[in-house]
Amino acid sequence: MRKPMQHTITVLVENKPGVLARVSGLFARRGFNIESLAVSITDDPTISRMTIVVTGDDSVLDQINKQTNKLIDVIKVIDYSEVPIVERELAMIKVAAEPARRAEIMQIVDIFQAKIIDISETTFTIEVTGSTEKVDAIERLLAPFGIREVVRTGKIAMARGATTAIDQVNSG
Amino acid sequence: MKMNGANALVQSLVDHGVEIIFGIPGGVMIPIYDALYDRKDIRNMLMRHEQGAAHAADGYARATGKVGVCFATSGPGATNLVTGLATAQMDSIPVLAVTGQCRTTAIGKDSFQEADITGITMPITKHNYLVKDAAQIPRIVAEALYIARTGRPGPVLIDVPMDMSLAEIEYEPVKDVKIRSYSPEREIDDSAIDAAAQLIADAERPVLYAGGGVIASGASDELLALSEKTHILVTTTLLGKGAIPETHPHSLGMLGMHGTAYANHAVHNCDLLIAVGARFDDRVTGKLAAFARKARVIHIDIDPAEIGKTVPADVAIIGDCKEILRRLVSKVQPRSETDWNKQIMKWRNEFPLVCPMDEERLLPQCVIAKIWEMTRGDVILVTDVGQHQMFTALHYKVTKPRRFLSSGGLGTMGYGLPAAIGAQVGCPNETVVAICGDGGFQMTVQELAPAVEHKLPIKICLMNNKYLGMVRQWQELFWNNRYSGVDISVQPDFVKLAEAYGAVGLRVTKMSEIEPAFGKALEVNDRPTIIDFVIHREENVFPMIPAGQSIEEMMVNRPK
Ligand SMILES: Cc1ncc(C[n+]2csc(CCOP(=O)(O)OP(=O)(O)O)c2C)c(N)n1
Ligand SMILES: [Mg+2]
Repeated sequence: MRKPMQHTITVLVENKPGVLARVSGLFARRGFNIESLAVSITDDPTISRMTIVVTGDDSVLDQINKQTNKLIDVIKVIDYSEVPIVERELAMIKVAAEPARRAEIMQIVDIFQAKIIDISETTFTIEVTGSTEKVDAIERLLAPFGIREVVRTGKIAMARGATTAIDQVNSG
Repeated sequence: MKMNGANALVQSLVDHGVEIIFGIPGGVMIPIYDALYDRKDIRNMLMRHEQGAAHAADGYARATGKVGVCFATSGPGATNLVTGLATAQMDSIPVLAVTGQCRTTAIGKDSFQEADITGITMPITKHNYLVKDAAQIPRIVAEALYIARTGRPGPVLIDVPMDMSLAEIEYEPVKDVKIRSYSPEREIDDSAIDAAAQLIADAERPVLYAGGGVIASGASDELLALSEKTHILVTTTLLGKGAIPETHPHSLGMLGMHGTAYANHAVHNCDLLIAVGARFDDRVTGKLAAFARKARVIHIDIDPAEIGKTVPADVAIIGDCKEILRRLVSKVQPRSETDWNKQIMKWRNEFPLVCPMDEERLLPQCVIAKIWEMTRGDVILVTDVGQHQMFTALHYKVTKPRRFLSSGGLGTMGYGLPAAIGAQVGCPNETVVAICGDGGFQMTVQELAPAVEHKLPIKICLMNNKYLGMVRQWQELFWNNRYSGVDISVQPDFVKLAEAYGAVGLRVTKMSEIEPAFGKALEVNDRPTIIDFVIHREENVFPMIPAGQSIEEMMVNRPK
C-alpha cells in the first residue's frame, strides 16, 4: 500500500525528563507528520505512554516504527494499524449560545451524549468524548453557532481484548 | 569506597578499560581534571580545540575498535564538540564525550557558560545523559560505554554538572549493564539466510557491496571467505575500504560518485546486489530510480531501520555481519568464475584507473600512487575531505580493516590531522599517514601542537592546490568555471609553519622529489612531518557521476 494513511501508534517510553523531546525531535527531523500526540503516565510509574497519530504510506510507517524503536529510552513501539482497538478523544468546545438558540445546541449535545460543563451569559462550554470522527462531527454541527475556542486531547487508544501494551513489552 | 563524583567518573572509565582521554578543561571541569592529576592508569591528551578532541577520539576508535573518549568544558567547550560528534554519528563510530555543566541549581537560568548540550546533541548522538544524581555516575558511565560500542555503534555524551562532580558518593563498580529498552543482541533469522543462499544460487550476475558495518563488526575474514567461495567480486563504500584487501583480485575498489568505473558498471548491471553493513547512501546510489535497477537485493545490517530506508530489500538479514556472513558462507553453494566475472574484467581493462604520466606537473593521483608503492598498504591512512580524499580512495589500496580512516557521512573538513593523532596514539607501532587538503588542514592545524608535544611521527601529506579544490571542480564542471569563494592561495608557508611548531617541514614540487621526501618522512620517528606537495592546481577527480545522476552520466575524463 503506497497511499498515505492515518496510523495510530503507541510508544511506551522510560518515564524520564527529555524523552518527549527525543521522540518529537526525531519525528521533526525525519519529516514524519504528527497529527496528534497524547502523553501520560501508566499504571507502571516508570513507564510513560504516548499515543501518536501519524500520516504516511507503509514505508514511512515502517521507518517511524524502526527509527522510534532505536531511541534508547523507547521501550516498545506498538503499531495499532493491524489490530482491533478502542480509541477515544476528548474535546472541550466553547460555543456562542444566544438564549434564543440554546435549546438547539442542547439537542446536539444530547444526541452526541456530550455534556455542558460551563455556561456564561453568551457561551456554553461543551465536553465531548468519542472517536476522532465523532468529535469532528459535533464540531462541524456546532460551527454555525459560532465556535469561540476548541481544545482537543488528541487520540488515545488501546487494543481490544485482554492483552495490554505492557504485556507486549514483556513478550519482547 | 567514598569519593566525589569526579573521581567516580574517572574511576569508572578506568574500570572499563579507558586509558586515554582527548580533551580540554574549563571551570566546571576542574574537579574531573583534578581527579586525573595523580593517576598513572589513565591520561589526558591536551588538545588545542575541542573539535580536535572529538576527532582524535573518533580516530582512536576507528583505528583500535575501542571506544574513544573526549572531554570538554560547559558552554563553548561543549558546543565545539558538535562537529566531531556529528561526524562520529554519521559514520557509526563509538565515542564517549564527557562535558562539564554549570551547577544543577543554575541550569536553565542562562548561567555563565551554560549551553543545553544534551538538547543540542540529541540529533547527533546515539544517546546522551544529564547527571542529576551523582550516585548514578558509575552506572551512567557503564551504560554510556556499552551503548556506544554495541549494536550499531555511535557517540554518547554525558553532561556532568559541577555540583555532581563535587558530591560525595559511595563508589561501587558497575560490571553488568542491562537496559530494558535497549537490546542490541538479536537472534539471526536462519530462514533469511537460507533465502539469501537461494538468491545467490539463482543469480547470474551477483555483486557484493560492503560498507563500514563490515569493519565495525570485524567481518572481513568472513566477507573474503564468501567472495572466494562464490567468486562474487566485492565493491566497497568509502568507509568499507579495507573490508577486503584491495590488492585481492576480487576487489573492485570503491563504488559511487567517485567510484571506479568498473565497480559502478558491475553494480549497474548486476542481477543480485548483496549489501553488507552498508546503507545505500546517496553518494553511493546517485539517482535512486536508476540504481541497480535490474537487481534483487540482499541487505545485511545490524540496524533494522536501514532495511528499506532507501532501497527495498528482497531478503533482509538483521544482525551482526560477522555471524551472518559466517552462517551464509556455510550455507551457500560454491560457484566458479562465470562470464559475468569476465565481463567485469573487460570493464576493468576498458576503464582502468591510471595516473597520467606527466613529468611537468605534480599530479595528486600520482603522489598517492607513489605513496602506495612505498608503503603497500602497510600504514594507517587518514584523509581529510575534498579532492585529495577521493584521489586517495581511488588510488590507495587498503589491505586491512581499520587502516583507512575518513569522514564519510558528514564529510568533515578538518578531520584528518586530529583523527591521525587519535590513530597514532591508539596504535603507536603503526605508521600513520594523513593525506590532507590545504583547506581542511587549516581548519584544525592547531593540533600540530599536541602531535609535537607527544612526539607523534605522523606523516602529513598536504595536497596543496591553493584551492578548495572539490568545490572548484564542481564550479568548473557544472557552474561555468565561476570560481566563487574557492581561491585560498593566500596561505602560510607550510614548511615554515611545520618548523614553527617544531615539526619537520618538506616541500615537493615535482614527481622525482616524492620518493626522497616521503622516504625521509618515513625515517622521522619523534615528531610529525609535513610534506607540502605543491600539486597542479586544477586537476579533477575522475571518474565522476554528478550528484543525483546515474552511470549514464559518468565522466571518466575532463569534458572537452
Ligand atoms: C567543515 C566543512 N566546510 C565546508 C565543506 C565543503 N567542502 C567540501 S570539499 C571542500 C574543499 C576542500 O578543500 P581542500 O581541503 O583544500 O581539499 P581539496 O579538495 O583541494 O583536495 C569544501 C569547502 C566541508 N566538507 N566541510
Ligand atoms: Mg585544496
